[in-house]
Amino acid sequence: MAKLDSKIPEGPIENKWSNYKSKQNLVNPANKRKLDIIVVGTGLAGASAAASLAEMGFKVKAFCYQDSPRRAHSIAAQGGINAAKNYPNDGDSVYRLFYDTVKGGDYRSREANVYRLAEVSNNIIDQCVAQGVPFAREYGGMLDNRSFGGALVSRTFYARGQTGQQLLLGAYQAQSRQTKLGNIEMYPREEVMNVVIIDEKARGVIVRDAITGKTKRYSAHAVVLATGGYGNVFFLSTMAMGSNVSAAWQAYKKGASFGNPSFVQIHPTCIPVHGEFQSKLTLMSESLRNDGRIWVPLHKEDAIRIQKGEIKPADIAEEGRDYYLERRYPAFGNLVPRDVASRAAKERCDAGFGVGTTGLAVFLDFKDAIERLGKDTIEAKYGNLFQMYEKISDENPYQTPMMIYPAIHYAMGGLWVDYELQTTIPGLFAIGEANFSDHGANRLGASALMQGLADGYFVLPYTIQNYLADEINTPRFPTDGEEFDKAEAETKEILGKLMAIQGKRSVDTFHKLLGKIMWENVGMARNKENLEKAILEIQKLRKEFWSDLFIPGKPEDLNPELQKATRVADFFELGELMARDALNREESCGGHFREEFQTKEGEALRNDKDFAYVAAWDFKGVDKAPVMTKEALKFEAIELKQRNYK
Amino acid sequence: MDLKLKIWRQKSASARGQFVNYEITDISPDSSFLEMLDVLNETLIKSGEEPVVYDHDCREGICGTCGVYVNGRPHGPDDLITACQLHMRKFNDGDTIVIEPWRARAFPVIKDLTVDRSAFDKLIQESGYVSVNTGNAPDANSTPIKKEKADLAMDAAACIGCGACVAACKNASAMLFVSAKVSHLALLPQGKIEAKNRASKMVAMMDALGFGNCTNTGACEAECPKGIKLTNISRLNREYYISALS
Ligand SMILES: Cc1cc2nc3c(=O)[nH]c(=O)nc-3n(C[C@H](O)[C@H](O)[C@H](O)COP(=O)(O)OP(=O)(O)OC[C@H]3O[C@@H](n4cnc5c(N)ncnc54)[C@H](O)[C@@H]3O)c2cc1C
Ligand code: SF4
Ligand code: FES
Repeated sequence: MAKLDSKIPEGPIENKWSNYKSKQNLVNPANKRKLDIIVVGTGLAGASAAASLAEMGFKVKAFCYQDSPRRAHSIAAQGGINAAKNYPNDGDSVYRLFYDTVKGGDYRSREANVYRLAEVSNNIIDQCVAQGVPFAREYGGMLDNRSFGGALVSRTFYARGQTGQQLLLGAYQAQSRQTKLGNIEMYPREEVMNVVIIDEKARGVIVRDAITGKTKRYSAHAVVLATGGYGNVFFLSTMAMGSNVSAAWQAYKKGASFGNPSFVQIHPTCIPVHGEFQSKLTLMSESLRNDGRIWVPLHKEDAIRIQKGEIKPADIAEEGRDYYLERRYPAFGNLVPRDVASRAAKERCDAGFGVGTTGLAVFLDFKDAIERLGKDTIEAKYGNLFQMYEKISDENPYQTPMMIYPAIHYAMGGLWVDYELQTTIPGLFAIGEANFSDHGANRLGASALMQGLADGYFVLPYTIQNYLADEINTPRFPTDGEEFDKAEAETKEILGKLMAIQGKRSVDTFHKLLGKIMWENVGMARNKENLEKAILEIQKLRKEFWSDLFIPGKPEDLNPELQKATRVADFFELGELMARDALNREESCGGHFREEFQTKEGEALRNDKDFAYVAAWDFKGVDKAPVMTKEALKFEAIELKQRNYK
Repeated sequence: MDLKLKIWRQKSASARGQFVNYEITDISPDSSFLEMLDVLNETLIKSGEEPVVYDHDCREGICGTCGVYVNGRPHGPDDLITACQLHMRKFNDGDTIVIEPWRARAFPVIKDLTVDRSAFDKLIQESGYVSVNTGNAPDANSTPIKKEKADLAMDAAACIGCGACVAACKNASAMLFVSAKVSHLALLPQGKIEAKNRASKMVAMMDALGFGNCTNTGACEAECPKGIKLTNISRLNREYYISALS
């Protein structure tokens, strides 16, 4: 699959999408009813796509691993969703949102896709309001906005601290309506384990029914993967426990290229790790940086006394505090992009100024905001987040500063897709966090919800028709062909192999070890030596996994250990690819920080001459090195510049 | 801390279940309730036994996947949280903790602590939405909405669909869940148009799915992790009677 055709339409950037739409092929209403589409995933991307496609008349089969489509991990998004409405009249525009996103992504995304994203952003807000999404409002009855990192305007719409929940419920309800109408068949608790390819086109999936443990086959004219991000390769992350890469990974193994796998986002404001038993990390929304000020003690002695519990944060006078983001980045202050904020926290903690018992935490302080705005205002804005913090940490953030530390949060990398959101396998599309497309090397806050819904409501339902227009003469086909036999046999073989190992160690034991290798070597700071070491360590651990894993119970039963094992098996292979991708990219950009490539001030040093490309990897065998193809990134609308938030 | 656990184990929907006793040691008070179960499961796996099966996903109180009775209370002894947000510091060293799946006719047990809540999806499919297609929405600010109303709608929309209200109710009624959706949408101009119809259809569906009647005991409100209020039920009743009259 050497050739990557990004299919960027002709014309100036602001006309590309309308040019595309006016020329693309469409499917007429009578034919839509004859075409089946499989949508894997019911998060913002999957649910919005399934609902919109079904409304148009296509027949949709939708899958999720949870017991209900409403529980996809989009539900956990807190802070908000961006759009270029310019309601606050602060100078926002489609162009500015486009520019901020490309710049925030450290110039490693495709201009044309990002422009389209900014262009449809306003339609998303209109659509959601029409569905009854209860966005926050001002006293005059108009929608309220807040600001997020990496932007100088207020363009983030929100529903308290539960924006993802409300947007997802809107999409879920639209999907439920189509389910009732018979246009969507919904299959919860069915996990996609394999993609079926017939004559080089994606034609179906193999799933494992989590309740019965049996494998099943489904066919369709096109397959859409909306399976979310792969942050759980690090074991500890802000992802849901079940979030996984498996469907995307099987597609990769069947010939879909994987774009920029090493680009993951480390979110600066999460509750710090506090023990070995810990199973996940909790995010404190970035919106908190609007009103919270981040600091550590200015003097190392104070930091040490805080770590030992001898003094409290309140004992440190104003002069003894180092508001290091405000100090280093006066223009953006606490609102610098996530990658910058995360690295700055790590820098302070590594230098010995961290707080908390481990020294791996910084303060996020609301004292000034409470004095300025009053406790009630702060409670109205962040009440549920403060409650969540208190439940976990047993400390009251109204009285004492929160403690936060960076954690793995989002995958910018994912399946490579062209402008039509099609992977390198014809008929296989990828949307939402599962694709690599719009965020380059770093995603700005409140832009993932925007992208998921843009893809699902407004982009894919069009672009997929350009493909399906050639499929109108393909009749619905059965699932008893040899390709289905083969794909199901492959899946059964993997399940059988995993069950047969009967070794000594549990899945979690392996997953934690893998996570540790990833966090230490492929995490916030990377270098050649560590990446090379990580590749060998991952390979070694993967062999142990396949020879010493123990899964109790039966395969044909509700067996969570088997479910976890299939996911972790894929994480091992993904982890290795991430390390290889990070090794290849000899520059620092966005969330990818190679210690060898930094400025004197410790800022990321990009290398546009050699690395202004998307690295798209092709699978060649589990024990063989993958092959990388470059998609050169051309910047025509925006001038390539070193990012500056000072 | 050291604890005694009494956990409901049931091999399948049709199998007979029973309580099984376990002892567990050295649990950190800072760990969450589900992390405590993880530790138990790890020891069960080490001794070759099947771990306790329970549903969970986000582990931050928003997906609504988790949910068990802990010592007889849905989501356990702390108020306004889900089981995944419950922390072991709420218990004492040496405590006995009884853990059971939701018990309700409409939520049959699948295995151990896992139940089938698909009835909730069926309720939403029964017009728990605004009938609007993608693509032709007017500008979002074309209809101003009073902040107070929007806030009330948000209060109701915060329901996570966990099922604790049904589990807490002696009649296993889904009234709080249904009323939260009916209220959320009826409070907004976009949802108001279909409000009457929505209320009557969802209530009829609730009966059809085997949920019980609401006799206003208020147990649901007391156990709801998201603070969904009984006033939503009054609002639903209003919509329901209007629809019955018209
Ligand atoms: C805690 C948190 C807070 C966030 N806050 C914000 C925010 O404020 N603003 C913002 O813009 N972004 C935010 N994000 C990011 C954003 O929420 C996600 O990137 C986005 O919601 C992803 O949506 P999705 O539809 O791509 O995937 P998801 O919502 O993750 O959905 C994935 C779906 O795929 C299904 N699935 C996965 N694998 C399989 C399989 N093998 N078989 C069958 N089904 C499968 C799952 O069941 C699920 O339905 C946040 C993320 C987190 C974790
Ligand atoms: S009303 Fe409360 S208890 Fe009932 S499902 Fe919703 S959140 Fe859970
Ligand atoms: S696991 Fe999501 S609410 Fe408890």
